[in-house]
Amino acid sequence: MTKFGLITKGLVKDNPTFVLLLGMCPTLATTTSAMNGLSMGLATLFVLVLSNMAISALAPAVPDKVHIPVYIVVIATFVTVLQFLMQAFVPDIYATLGLFIPLIVVNCIVLGRAEAFANKNSVIDSALDGLGVGIGFTCSLTVLGAVREILGSLSVFGWKIPGTGDGMLAFVMAPGAFLCLGYLMVLFNKFLAKK
Amino acid sequence: MAAKSNLKNMVLCLFGTCLFCSAILGGVYALTKEPIEQTNAKLLQDAVGQVLLRNADNSGIKEGTEIMEAPDLIEVDGKSYSYFVQVENGTPVAYAIKSTVVGFGGPLTLMVGISADRKLVLNTSVLAHSETPGLGAKCTTDEKFMGQWNGLQLEKTKLEVQKPVKDGIDAITASTITSKAYTQAVANALAAFDTIAKQEVEND
Repeated sequence: MTKFGLITKGLVKDNPTFVLLLGMCPTLATTTSAMNGLSMGLATLFVLVLSNMAISALAPAVPDKVHIPVYIVVIATFVTVLQFLMQAFVPDIYATLGLFIPLIVVNCIVLGRAEAFANKNSVIDSALDGLGVGIGFTCSLTVLGAVREILGSLSVFGWKIPGTGDGMLAFVMAPGAFLCLGYLMVLFNKFLAKK
Repeated sequence: MAAKSNLKNMVLCLFGTCLFCSAILGGVYALTKEPIEQTNAKLLQDAVGQVLLRNADNSGIKEGTEIMEAPDLIEVDGKSYSYFVQVENGTPVAYAIKSTVVGFGGPLTLMVGISADRKLVLNTSVLAHSETPGLGAKCTTDEKFMGQWNGLQLEKTKLEVQKPVKDGIDAITASTITSKAYTQAVANALAAFDTIAKQEVEND
């Protein structure tokens, strides 16, 4: 597969949210607005690229029976680094996403890419794979967040559409998350099938 | 592909990974410790500045006054409160009290500014909350709700959420629990203020 293909694969054909349905918990919980979705996506992207690179470099030396604990330790390290950085430099976003940042440790996407790709491929390919899947995840979360924000609070990226009221509150809450995700999934897969 | 497992290489590999990761974390912690403390201190200072007496043009805290952090916590009904005093020419003119209650989604922490004559709630500022986004979380953005706390006259207004509003607090639409918790936090801060005032009288 070409280097470019490694990136686009995660965006469309293997999109983690709409096709593989991985990492549903942060997807549903943090996409109350486009900005929150984008921040969560970028945070995951950061961990995904670094952990993919580290794991692909480590993999040949790791004994088979302990590979999961080793990977989790590596992932947890990067997540904690991310936490420190966010607390220091973007405290507002850190406060909004709260618990979901440490929970990236157990995000299926991160461990999934380590198991399915990084431990069999070169460091550069793994970085590109992480980048592709990370961008795919970020885009999906931003789109889902934007749709929920428009329907739920009638605003776009925090900019309130003038002269409008409260919006449909259900879309900001959990049921709206499921509903939007379902419909977006249908649209995405219909579009994919046509191609 | 992965190496064949035996006890020795498994133990070594786990030990090595943990040691290396701990070293990285220690390093990053040392590097970010100071910026994190600075950020937190700035957030607290901003909140305190927001709720105390300000210049008429709202350009910062009132000139000629000084803000001091109280060295001791105040205990009221088993809860402890930290607070700041704004001093002008040696007399306290306002107090900023940190008050935490349980909101709809978890702890709700406010900074509440009260004038030293106990007539006004100068303003309130949310330090931390975990309310529902789009509903209770509006307590940090809803201008109508937040505006009520700006210069609230304690003699004329009851600290309770009312529907319809007569002489109390108007709730955020569809977020009554958050609004009640917010009001409770202000009432608690006022109770803490009374205790502080009493102590000062005794000390004099």
